[in-house]
Amino acid sequence: MPETPRPPDLPELPEAVAVPKSRRSLQLVWIIPIVAALVGGWLAVKTILEKGPTITITFKTAEGLEAGKTKIKFKEVEVGMVKSVTFSKDLKSVIATADLVKEAEPYIVEDTKFWVVRPRISGGTVSGLGTLFGGSYIGVDIGKSDKKRRDFVGLEEPPVIPTDVPGRQFILHAETLGSLDAGVPVFFRRLQVGQIVSYSLDKDGNGVTLKIFINAPYDQYVNPATRFWNASGVDITLDASGIKVNTEGLVSIAIGGIAFQTLAIDAAMPPAEANTEFELFRDRTEALKHKESVYTDFVAVFHESVRGLAPGAPVDFFGITIGEVTAIKTQFDPAKMEFSIPVLFRIYPERITSRYLKGAHGGRIIAPAEAKKFWQAMTDRGLRAQLRTGNFVTGQLYVALDFFPNAPKVKIDFTEQPIPVPTIPSGLQELQKTINVLAEKLTKIASDLQKVPFGEIAGDVRETMKSANKVMKRLDEEVTPQARDALIDLRKSLDSANQVLSERAPLQQDARQAMREFARAAEALRVLADYLERHPEALIRGKQEDKK
Amino acid sequence: MPNSALSAASLDLLICHSCGQLSRVAPGIHEAACARCGTHLHIRKPNSISRTWAFLIAAIIAYIPANVLPVMETGSLFGSQSDTIMSGVIYLWTSGSWPLALLIFFASITVPALKIISLMYLCLSVQFRSNWRPKDRARLYRVVEFVGRWSMLDIFVVAILVALVQFSALATIRPGLGVLAFATVVVLTMFAAQTFEPRLIWDNLDKKHA
Repeated sequence: MPETPRPPDLPELPEAVAVPKSRRSLQLVWIIPIVAALVGGWLAVKTILEKGPTITITFKTAEGLEAGKTKIKFKEVEVGMVKSVTFSKDLKSVIATADLVKEAEPYIVEDTKFWVVRPRISGGTVSGLGTLFGGSYIGVDIGKSDKKRRDFVGLEEPPVIPTDVPGRQFILHAETLGSLDAGVPVFFRRLQVGQIVSYSLDKDGNGVTLKIFINAPYDQYVNPATRFWNASGVDITLDASGIKVNTEGLVSIAIGGIAFQTLAIDAAMPPAEANTEFELFRDRTEALKHKESVYTDFVAVFHESVRGLAPGAPVDFFGITIGEVTAIKTQFDPAKMEFSIPVLFRIYPERITSRYLKGAHGGRIIAPAEAKKFWQAMTDRGLRAQLRTGNFVTGQLYVALDFFPNAPKVKIDFTEQPIPVPTIPSGLQELQKTINVLAEKLTKIASDLQKVPFGEIAGDVRETMKSANKVMKRLDEEVTPQARDALIDLRKSLDSANQVLSERAPLQQDARQAMREFARAAEALRVLADYLERHPEALIRGKQEDKK
Repeated sequence: MPNSALSAASLDLLICHSCGQLSRVAPGIHEAACARCGTHLHIRKPNSISRTWAFLIAAIIAYIPANVLPVMETGSLFGSQSDTIMSGVIYLWTSGSWPLALLIFFASITVPALKIISLMYLCLSVQFRSNWRPKDRARLYRVVEFVGRWSMLDIFVVAILVALVQFSALATIRPGLGVLAFATVVVLTMFAAQTFEPRLIWDNLDKKHA
């Protein structure tokens, strides 16, 4: 490179005007990054402050869950978003991690529930149709606990009753679940007032526990004495009293249901506390049975077939059901080599209450000492248990208590528990016995008859007949002509009598005329009496001539 | 290679950008006014490096929300969705529109970042009086300045969509805060490129030789 040539001197160039240098230590341009930093910092702080809690929800499957897409909604308002969906370590479930909005923080507590909202049909209702287009989302039901929690297990089914719905939850114990399911309605007087929230098998496997929710204001009708029963489908019962069909309505036929009712006598009780436990009865009849707390157990030992008798069969006293059969057993007495059927039954003494009598004549038979005396006295009067047929079509039996004054005397052994009640064979059995006796007698007669010497008798009879024949012949020959003559005479006399009595006979004519005269006389007498009544003076003055 | 050349500055000459008057200035004085029209004259852009730094730092700060905040909020019948630049790129990439995804990735993420890095490098090289490949550095500066105006692509797309897609309930598109930040980045880098004095690249060279 050549040395840079010096430029030509340019003397005619004007001198630039010197400007005093401004000595600002901080240039204005630095305001820009400061502003940017302030805005950025404010944004960052705001984001951090607004950041809500991050939670994890464990689901069985990730169906409908999408990281960055699936929202968490409370009452259809977005409160968060699923950030990631991963497997759990044991590969048995999926874990969705979600960011929630700041406002949700206080509500993410112990009993907050999460579930995936998908279109579903259950309990006769269709829900979540919107998710068909908009995609699934996670629903939240806010809990009431104060304890915070960040890891949740998602529900497979949405909770039937959101936490904030007013009402009360109750617990029912049932023998079987039947056709019930979560979401199945609960009826009160055929009105849908609640739903089954959940059900679970008892730990010992001996029953099912159901949780039901009764919406306010209907929950006030549940008190500690309320009876719940399974109102699913059609309940057809065939018992000693005939056929009964019970149903709670079309919905319960289709999807099942629970109904409850409080007996009128219990209606005054205060409403039941939440989570009160109740028994779920099999049907209405059983549920509404009067629940007596006072009862006495008895046993009646029958020596006949009890086919048609079942536990629950009524114990009848003069047509009133005063108890029920609780158990039927068998018994063998090796000493007597005898089989018998002890039937255990229960009598509710409160049902035999003298309502209108007071004092010594009224009251109840519940005191044990009194009861002994009472039952012995009754037995002495002939109180016996008897099997009777309640329904001839089905052959259902019931136990009847009735008085048989002719029954042999029995002393009740009160040391035995339950108290034994003497029995008497059933009417049918007695009839059978009678028929048997009758048949025996007939057989005896027949055999007696066979002993009769019919051959001799026949000979005697024949001889008798012969002599009789002779007598007849003589009669025919000797008596008949005379008899004929006598008859002819009789006829003649009858004929003459007939002539005397005939209409044209002079006696008849005379008699008739006499009667007529008599009638006229009577008429004249009546005219006279009449006249005298009107003109009593005629007796003195004589009859006045009619004025012309 | 013209490592050292005669420059106006070395001759204490100044040219007026407004009227073209060439003036002489006393050595050591960097600021003056045109003797003819009074325009403010300077040998080199005043405080070029520190101004560039100011814009660059502001741009870097704005670059973070530009990428983190959503640029577009799409609301439709079936829910709403907000997209950041990166999520949009990922969406385009996964849905198969690779060229579009690449275009947006380069125009909206790489280019602003490269611009900031390039300008930072230029500033640093000037401050540390680097003599390393001044010609290439000058070319880099020209590229940065040229590319600046194309970085607004994203902003245009969002602006057009927001204006077009307004079907109230059915579908709406709203601009997000990210767009504002992104536009700020672009504008700030353009300012940074403008305030940078490329002549400083060569001044070091001259001084060394001198």
